[in-house]
Amino acid sequence: MPTIGNAQLKLLEKLCNACAVSGDEGEVRSIVMEEIKDHTDEVRLDAVGNVLATKKGSGKSPSTSLRTSQSHLRVMLTAHMDEVGFMLVADDGEGLFRFETVGGMDVRQLPGKAVVVGREHVPGVIGARPIHLTTAEERKQKISLDALRIDIGPGTTKVKPGDWATFATRFQRSGPSVLAKALDDRLGVATLIELIKHAPPEIDLLAAFTVQEEIGLRGSRVAAYTFNPDIGIALDSTPANDLPDWEGEENITYNTKLGLGPAIYVADGSTISDPRLVRWLAETGTASKIPYQFRQPGGGGTDAGAIHKTRGGIPSISVSVPHRYTHSAISIARIDDWKNTLSLLQAALANLSPDLLATERA
Amino acid sequence: MKQLIQKLTETFSPSGFESAIREVIKQEVQPLADEVRVDALGNLIVRKGAKAKNGKRIMLAAHMDEIGLMVSHIDENGFIRFSSIGGIRTGGLLSGRVQFTNGTQGLIGVERDLFAVKSPTFSQYYIDVGATSAKNCPVKIGDVAAFKRPFLELGQRLVAKSMDDRIGCVVLIEALRALKTSPHELYFVFTTQEEVGPRGAATSAFGIDPEIGLAVDVTLTGDTPKSKYMAISLGKGPAVKIKDTGMLADQHIVEWMCSTAEKKRIPYQREVLDGGSTDAMAIQMTRSGVLAGCLSVPCRYVHTPSEMVDYEDVQNSVKLLVALISAPVNL
Repeated sequence: MPTIGNAQLKLLEKLCNACAVSGDEGEVRSIVMEEIKDHTDEVRLDAVGNVLATKKGSGKSPSTSLRTSQSHLRVMLTAHMDEVGFMLVADDGEGLFRFETVGGMDVRQLPGKAVVVGREHVPGVIGARPIHLTTAEERKQKISLDALRIDIGPGTTKVKPGDWATFATRFQRSGPSVLAKALDDRLGVATLIELIKHAPPEIDLLAAFTVQEEIGLRGSRVAAYTFNPDIGIALDSTPANDLPDWEGEENITYNTKLGLGPAIYVADGSTISDPRLVRWLAETGTASKIPYQFRQPGGGGTDAGAIHKTRGGIPSISVSVPHRYTHSAISIARIDDWKNTLSLLQAALANLSPDLLATERA
Repeated sequence: MKQLIQKLTETFSPSGFESAIREVIKQEVQPLADEVRVDALGNLIVRKGAKAKNGKRIMLAAHMDEIGLMVSHIDENGFIRFSSIGGIRTGGLLSGRVQFTNGTQGLIGVERDLFAVKSPTFSQYYIDVGATSAKNCPVKIGDVAAFKRPFLELGQRLVAKSMDDRIGCVVLIEALRALKTSPHELYFVFTTQEEVGPRGAATSAFGIDPEIGLAVDVTLTGDTPKSKYMAISLGKGPAVKIKDTGMLADQHIVEWMCSTAEKKRIPYQREVLDGGSTDAMAIQMTRSGVLAGCLSVPCRYVHTPSEMVDYEDVQNSVKLLVALISAPVNL
C-alpha cells in the first residue's frame, strides 16, 4: 500500500517549487513524466499539453448495463498541473513590468510578494510603496492591479512581455504540516503519481495530468473526450476556511476543515457529484476507518465540471485535500489529510465494482 | 391532464437528484414508448417511432429537475444552513416550507437583526426542521430539499412549485399520448440538471445526435403589476422563442413553429427573453451543431414556491407540439 513518507514529501516539494502557471505547465510535466515513465502501459502528451497515462487492469468484464463494451471498468483520475500566477504584459523599462493575473487571485494579497519570472526563474518583487511615504488615508485604499508592477531590476534581457511569473515561495515542512505555494493542485498531482505507482489491479486507471484548470477546466475537457471513461474523479485541493470566527460566533462557512481528512464533494458550482460515487467513497471511508469530510456544497469547481459533461455524460466526483490560504503566495496543509486522501482513493479503487453503475443514477 | 400536473409538481427532485420524478414519469411513458432508457447523467430518454424517408431525428427536451436547497452546515442547535441549487430568489424564502428527499420537512427562517436596513442576504437564511442539536438533526451536509407547496387550481390558472419545468414534462407526456402518426424518429427526453447547467441536455443530445432539437420550458411574463416589460402574457398561447440570453433560436425553426400554429389556428406569442435560457442552448451547440428552438409555456413567479401557468396555454402547447411532430418538416 502506498503511503506518505519522506520520498513522497520530497516529490511534493519538487512539484510545489516548480513553476507552472496555466498555459506553461512544462516544469511540472517533466517531473510527472520522469516519475511515471516506468509505471505505465502507455503515456502520451496530447495537443493541449495534458499528460495522459494508462495503466491497464485485469478486472472482470463489467455488467452489460454499462454503456461501454470495454473489458474493464475504465476510471479516469485527473490532477491539474497548472497553478495560478501572473503574465507580464508590458515593459515599462528599467526592469519594471506591468502584469495580469492568471487564474483567480485577490489583488489585495499581491503587494510586497517575491516572484520568479520566466523559464529561468528570474527573481522579482511586486513592489509596494513603503509605509514612510504613504499617508494614513492611502493605506485605507485598495490598490488596483493597474498600479502594481513586477520589478526585476535593470540589466537583464531574459524577461519579456508574455512571460509567466509565479510566487517565489519555497516548500517547507513544519511538524504535521507542509507550507508551500501551489499546493492547489500539486497535492493532487503527487497523489495521482502515487496511485499510478501502486495501481489497483482490477481497473483500467486512466490518469490525466491536466493543463489550464485554473482558467476554465480546459485541459480536462479534451482529456475526458480522449479517454471517454466510465467514471471520472478529479483529485484537487480545496480551501479550508476553518479559523474560529473573529466575532465569536460559530463559523458556518469553513468550506472544509484541516485535519478531518479528504473532502468529498456532493456539489460545487460546476458539478453535482454522481450520488453513487458519493456513497461509494463515503462507505469505503467508513468501512476502512479512514476519516473523511464532505466539502460544504457551494461554488467553485474542479476538472469534474468539464469531465461529467463530456460526450454522452460521465459519472463524476471530486476529492480534495483541504488547505488554508489557497491561491495565495503560501498555503498550509496537514500531511495526515494528504495521507488519508491517498488511503481513501486506494481503498475505494480496490473495491470498485462495475455493479456500482449497474443501477440508475439516484 | 390536471391530475398529471399535480402528480408531477408534487414530486420532490432537485437538480442532480431526479430519481423520484424519473420514476413517476417512467410509469407514464412506458406504455406509450418504443424504447425507454436512462443515461449516465440520469436523463430519461424515450424513443417513439423510426425515421421514415421524409422524417428527421428530433429531440424534444423538458427538464425534470427543479430548483432546491442543499445542506451546507448544521449548527450546534440543529439549525441548517444551505446552499442553493439553481437560481433561488431570496424574496420567496422566508417562512417557506421545504421537504428533503428523505422526507424530513422544515421551514425557512432568517436571522433577526432589528437594526437591519437592507434585505437579508442568502447566507442569513436557515432551515428549521425542529431539531435541537446537530446530533438529533435528521439530515446531513449534502442532503437536498425542495419547496413544499400543494398544487392549486385558481379557475383557469394553475399554481404549483416546480411548474418550471414539470409543466414542460406534462406537455411532452401528453404530446406522446396524443400523437397518432409521425414520419420522425422522436426522442422525448426528460433532462436532468437544467437549473444548474443545462447539463443533462448537453450529454443526452450528444448521445442522440438529433437533426432538430426543441426544448419545452417555461418563460417569464410581463403581465403582473410593475413587471419588467415583456410581451408575453398568461392565456395568450404558447410562446415561440426567438431569443434568450443563451440562445438565438434557428430562424427556420421559428418560422416552422409560427406557421404551424397559424395553420392549426393555435394562438401563440413571439418570445424575446431577457434573462435565462433553456436546454435548447446546450442542444444547439452539441457536436457539430443542431437546429434548435424552444416552445415556451408562459409562467408567472418563476423560481418561487408558487409558479403560475394558464391551463389553456398548456393545452395549446400540447396541440402545437403534436402538430409540429406529426407532419414532415421542410426547413
